[in-house]
Amino acid sequence: MLYLAYKNLISKPLNTLLSILLLMLSISLATFVLQVRNQLNHHLESNIKPFDMVIGAKGSPLQLVLSSVLHIDNPTGNISLEKAMRIAKNPLVKEMIPVSYGDNYKGIRILGTTHEYLTKYKASLQEGRLYEKPFEVVIGSGVSKKDNLQVGDTFVSSHGLAENGLETHNEKPFIITGILKPTSTIIDHLIITNLESIWEVHEHNDESHHHEEVHKGEHVDEHSNHAVESGEEREITSLLVKFRNPLGALQMSRFINDETTMQAALPKFEIERLMGFLGIGFQTINGIAIAILLVAGLSIFINLIKNVRERKQELALLRTYGANTFQLIKLVFLEALFLSLLGATVGWFLGRISIWFFSIFIEDVYSYHFVFSLPTTKELIILVLVILTTLMAAVLASLSLYKLNVSKTIADA
Amino acid sequence: MIRTTSLRFTYQNTNNHIFCFPDIDLPPKKDILILGPSGVGKTTLLHLLAGLLPSKAGDIFIANNCLNRLTRRQLDYFRGQHIGLIFQKTYFIKSLTLLENLTLRERFSKKKIDRYHKEELIMHLGLSDLQNKKVYQLSEGQQQRLSIALGVIHKPKVILADEPTSNLDDGNCIKVISLLKKEAQICKSNLVIITHDQRVKSHFNNHIIL
Repeated sequence: MLYLAYKNLISKPLNTLLSILLLMLSISLATFVLQVRNQLNHHLESNIKPFDMVIGAKGSPLQLVLSSVLHIDNPTGNISLEKAMRIAKNPLVKEMIPVSYGDNYKGIRILGTTHEYLTKYKASLQEGRLYEKPFEVVIGSGVSKKDNLQVGDTFVSSHGLAENGLETHNEKPFIITGILKPTSTIIDHLIITNLESIWEVHEHNDESHHHEEVHKGEHVDEHSNHAVESGEEREITSLLVKFRNPLGALQMSRFINDETTMQAALPKFEIERLMGFLGIGFQTINGIAIAILLVAGLSIFINLIKNVRERKQELALLRTYGANTFQLIKLVFLEALFLSLLGATVGWFLGRISIWFFSIFIEDVYSYHFVFSLPTTKELIILVLVILTTLMAAVLASLSLYKLNVSKTIADA
Repeated sequence: MIRTTSLRFTYQNTNNHIFCFPDIDLPPKKDILILGPSGVGKTTLLHLLAGLLPSKAGDIFIANNCLNRLTRRQLDYFRGQHIGLIFQKTYFIKSLTLLENLTLRERFSKKKIDRYHKEELIMHLGLSDLQNKKVYQLSEGQQQRLSIALGVIHKPKVILADEPTSNLDDGNCIKVISLLKKEAQICKSNLVIITHDQRVKSHFNNHIIL
């Protein structure tokens, strides 16, 4: 019976292909959106989890979180290290980690911070050792892979966060002392050094700028992270804070935002807000997927009805062979099941292939890597719904089989 | 063995016109020719004997089973096992090959697959080289022979043929009748042919005229 169902389907390849294509399209779209949403959520959550609050320069709180925690935007500015540390002395604060950046190597951000930053993301060394002195760096596993960098390699940074920056710091090359194990967090795509490296590279840079100023009579200091002569205060991009209890974040953020020249942003809140905006887009795509799914269901239904009508004599012939009505319905069911299973399976794989392509694009732009994963519960629910829809189409299409007059069908032909 | 008693049938939309059929009593392995002009109910009688139509009155006994007393499901099963039907027009499953059509018929009979019988039958009917051809690729004559093969592949107790020669010339008419008689003999079946084709009459001793 299974073989007969299969042969019947392939005997009308165009009809079968159309039904499968529509199903495939809707399933791939739905699973793609689900996966992007799930994996993006997972990525964002694992990246923001170590910190309750970010203290940075005034500006957009979302921009502050994106730049200082997720490293995908420009910073809002710099803040005084001393002022930030003063706030962080509050007993509600459990831990605080200063971060500073302003340079890149081939578009990869060079982040100045303490060793605790690595501990927060549970990063450990794959080879080499941690940075100790200025201009020593450890690199994430993704960076090592992407640019084939090894322990002992040296490189010079470019000024700013954009790749192909025209201004390079040739005088102060960085040396790689260690490579980190993969963490599936943003750390995999960062070059990490101590704060002094960032200050020193710009200290030197400022001096060069000063010389240029003398010669050209003009100076545009684009560095927000400038090191200053001794006695002047140090600056950082932001301070990442972990509180002893969640209430601390609320109390402190209100105080910082109202009473200081800095701003406090809550990563969890900002990311939820961001996902809320993205959610509208996801819902729209989901809506389109459902619409295509309905069209696919309708197409299968019409296809099956047409098949039953066109093959009425063949079905009557099977009755003369001894097949009962249930067996004929089973045959239509099997054809529907075959269509839905093939469409859903190929559609699922297509969804995963799309994720793979999407991952290549997004990894280049945002350093996010999407992984191949087995079907999720939601995807399995979609699969079951698709199968049920097509089986329902089969039930409706095979209703006429109950009334099939074998004698008349054979005699009238 | 086929036995019918006081068989009557009426179609719902024909002003209650009643078809009354003469009783048939056919011992095992015997042939019978049922002759009659169009409209007298020849095909109706054949469909009654095949259990495709329920009689309004009277009984049909085939191999000691009273068809009227079987449930719908039992009747389907009985038909699959013991009845072989050959139609005036040829009907096949178009998506399957010649061999697949024969195998499908055999499987529905729920009888043990007899490869030797199948190969012999294909050879007798001259279809050996066409086994893997799709049925729509066969000529009319080849389709006619396949139709006969489908009627006898499962060694039924009764072979019912509806106007098997009406579209054939004299030469092919004789060939088909000979084939049917031969296959019925091999399968030890009763052969019932209904036709209005007078050419067939001389080949049968046992006639009923409707």
